[in-house]
Amino acid sequence: MSVGVPDNIPANRRGAKTETYLDWNATAPLRPEAVAAMSGVLTRCGNPSSVHRWGRAARQTVEAARESVAALLGGIDPTGVVFVSGGTEANHLALLGARRERVLISAVEHDSVRHAVPEPETIPVDRDSIVRLDALDTLLAADSRPALVSVMLANNETGVIQPVAEIAAIARGYGALFHCDAVQAAGKIPLDAGVIGADLVTLSAHKLGGPPGIGALVVTDRLDLVPLFRGGGQERGRRAGTENLPGIAGFAAAAAAAAAEIAVYDRVRALRDGLESAIAAVASDAVVLGASAPRLPNTTAIAMPGVAAETQVIALDLDGVMVGAGAACSSGKVGPSHVLAAMGVGSDLAASTIRVSLGWGSTEADIDHFLRAWTALYRRRRNLEGARAA
Amino acid sequence: MTPALAHPRTDRVANTAPIYLDNQSSTRLDPRVFEAMLPYFTEDFGNPHSTTHAYGRTGAEAIERARGEVAALIHADPRELVFTSGATESNNLAIKGAAHFARAHPQREQPRDHIVTLVTEHKCVLESCLQLEREGFTVTYLPVEPNGLVSLTALEAALSERALLVSVMAAHNEIGVIQPLAEIGALCRANGVLFHSDAAQAVGKIPLDVETMRIDLLSISGHKIYGPKGVGALYVRRRPRVRLLPLIDGGGQERGLRSGTLPTPLCVGLGRAAAIAGAEIADEAARLRRLRDRLLANLTRRVPGLRLNGDAERRLPGSLNFCFPGIEAIKLIEGCPSIAISTGSACTSASVEPSYVLRALGLSDADANTGIRIGLGRFTTAAEVDFAVDALAAAVGRLTGEGGALT
Repeated sequence: MSVGVPDNIPANRRGAKTETYLDWNATAPLRPEAVAAMSGVLTRCGNPSSVHRWGRAARQTVEAARESVAALLGGIDPTGVVFVSGGTEANHLALLGARRERVLISAVEHDSVRHAVPEPETIPVDRDSIVRLDALDTLLAADSRPALVSVMLANNETGVIQPVAEIAAIARGYGALFHCDAVQAAGKIPLDAGVIGADLVTLSAHKLGGPPGIGALVVTDRLDLVPLFRGGGQERGRRAGTENLPGIAGFAAAAAAAAAEIAVYDRVRALRDGLESAIAAVASDAVVLGASAPRLPNTTAIAMPGVAAETQVIALDLDGVMVGAGAACSSGKVGPSHVLAAMGVGSDLAASTIRVSLGWGSTEADIDHFLRAWTALYRRRRNLEGARAA
Repeated sequence: MTPALAHPRTDRVANTAPIYLDNQSSTRLDPRVFEAMLPYFTEDFGNPHSTTHAYGRTGAEAIERARGEVAALIHADPRELVFTSGATESNNLAIKGAAHFARAHPQREQPRDHIVTLVTEHKCVLESCLQLEREGFTVTYLPVEPNGLVSLTALEAALSERALLVSVMAAHNEIGVIQPLAEIGALCRANGVLFHSDAAQAVGKIPLDVETMRIDLLSISGHKIYGPKGVGALYVRRRPRVRLLPLIDGGGQERGLRSGTLPTPLCVGLGRAAAIAGAEIADEAARLRRLRDRLLANLTRRVPGLRLNGDAERRLPGSLNFCFPGIEAIKLIEGCPSIAISTGSACTSASVEPSYVLRALGLSDADANTGIRIGLGRFTTAAEVDFAVDALAAAVGRLTGEGGALT
């Protein structure tokens, strides 16, 4: 998405002629449908728990939204949708609220899954970061205590898609619950609760064009969840706190729009693939991580060997191109990616990997802008190295 | 992406418009807050934790400005504010977070595992305490005086050697009474006990100062102060340092106390709401007090036997709670469809149980069932107050005439 710079932006943003946003996995712009839905709700007062007409109107908004979010998963029972403050909270509610003695997570899960319970067991992955099904089977067979298996649908750093249907089948075979963090996949590839086969699914609004501060844990199996937040008994006792009404309305509208426009990702995939081919043509030493696995159509994790990811991201930013150095939440921190480490990527290569993620608004011009900036940096660095060697 | 959000200003006080007097339950978003939030929904949508690029930095800077605005309202350091999804989360985090930290990191031989709170606290405080009881903590639920206030003598007596935390609401959501915060704070500090206050109703409406009141943990809500729903904050004292275990871990945001992508527009909205409330606090309190006293005087004159619940003086400027003798509250609400009033806490207002808060003041079940909460707010006018008095008085007349009375 290339945007001209509006007049009213803060000083630090003035200067660059064109800004190209390719960090859609960190967050996406609000969809017009979400803007419209929130517009009517934001300024309306009313607490959905109140019995007067303001409260009842608010309640209707929440219940209608529940149906739209349920529809994103192929029309599951809307009562299974629990609105929460976002993906991180949803992952916690799933892992803590299900109260299973054993929690097994893949080695490439998001930090919000990795840190939800004190000592999760790790399911190893192969070099493409795909969960090793044989290892999962062995782990579950070895210990008969009640278990929960948590594996994400698609990885936030590499876009690699997990064989969740198979994982769900194995979990079910051992009587284990299956939780699927679908935060990055939702809106980018079709979701079908039946295919995912999960008892619990995590969704986040701001990754699919809804507002930040809202998400859902979808409980497809009517589990008795132990709440994280206790209080007024909202969300059928599964999540206390006054509902974030505009957030919920915006989330629902974005979910509906994302589902309706999922075909746009065919175009996005072509752009992403074009970007990768162009880089391969310029830099034979560049590496795309997870390239041989099934991936989201919008994500590419690209290493420029020998150049720190931080350096690349800052250089690209100076040229007006915004990408990520990994997960957004940890991008302020210095530390190796556990995702790349689990794939067996060497620490040097991992430290030189950036994440480029596209969205429904991405254009050919965005890719060109990125390629110009990336190539210029690559050539500068290689020339510099050549001069040093000489 | 052009912003299509617009604040409808037209429905404030049209003659035909229904009248919203349930401002304790939720408040209307102030148009000025709405305007401040707008750009962060649309143009400046970057993830505020993606600080390696411009969009992210813009969001991060906006969040830090907002943090400063919230901090200023309660005389805190911005670094002492943790953004949350709302007051329910803040209360859960304060109480469980402090208890879990004390258990995980005992500071002395004799553990501190005793929590003292009031029977009239908000459900989310009581429920958090109940959970801690199930985990082996001890909780004292102190009764209140008939006027709704805590007895400081009783509180002092309850502070055992093992006392860890006192949790007392600053201003009450149902009856509006303001607790003696500075006295409670002094008592807690003298005994080495943490003082948490759920200030969702009080913030921005009465002056709060975490230093002079010696408050260690303070919960704030966005949508109770004309800010957005879905955001709140918890004040966590740095000196002397108050330590908590997080409820939500992950990306390590908010100094590890609360992980998850911060919703920039909501944080900005909370900041702006706090700044506006702070700037207007004295004038607005005086205005609301006048309206409240007008409503109280006129309604008392027209409804014989009307009784005010909670202390008459030490209460929030816009808050009233009445017993309408012999008239079931739910019937009165149904009888006044043009005004939004409630039986008490919105969270429990759909239930048929009598208010546990009114019961705690010593009211019988029958009397508690006649309790009505009226909350005036920033957008309430004198005309609306007069209209409400007429509507309520007329409904009382009809209901007593039609045999809507309890007995």
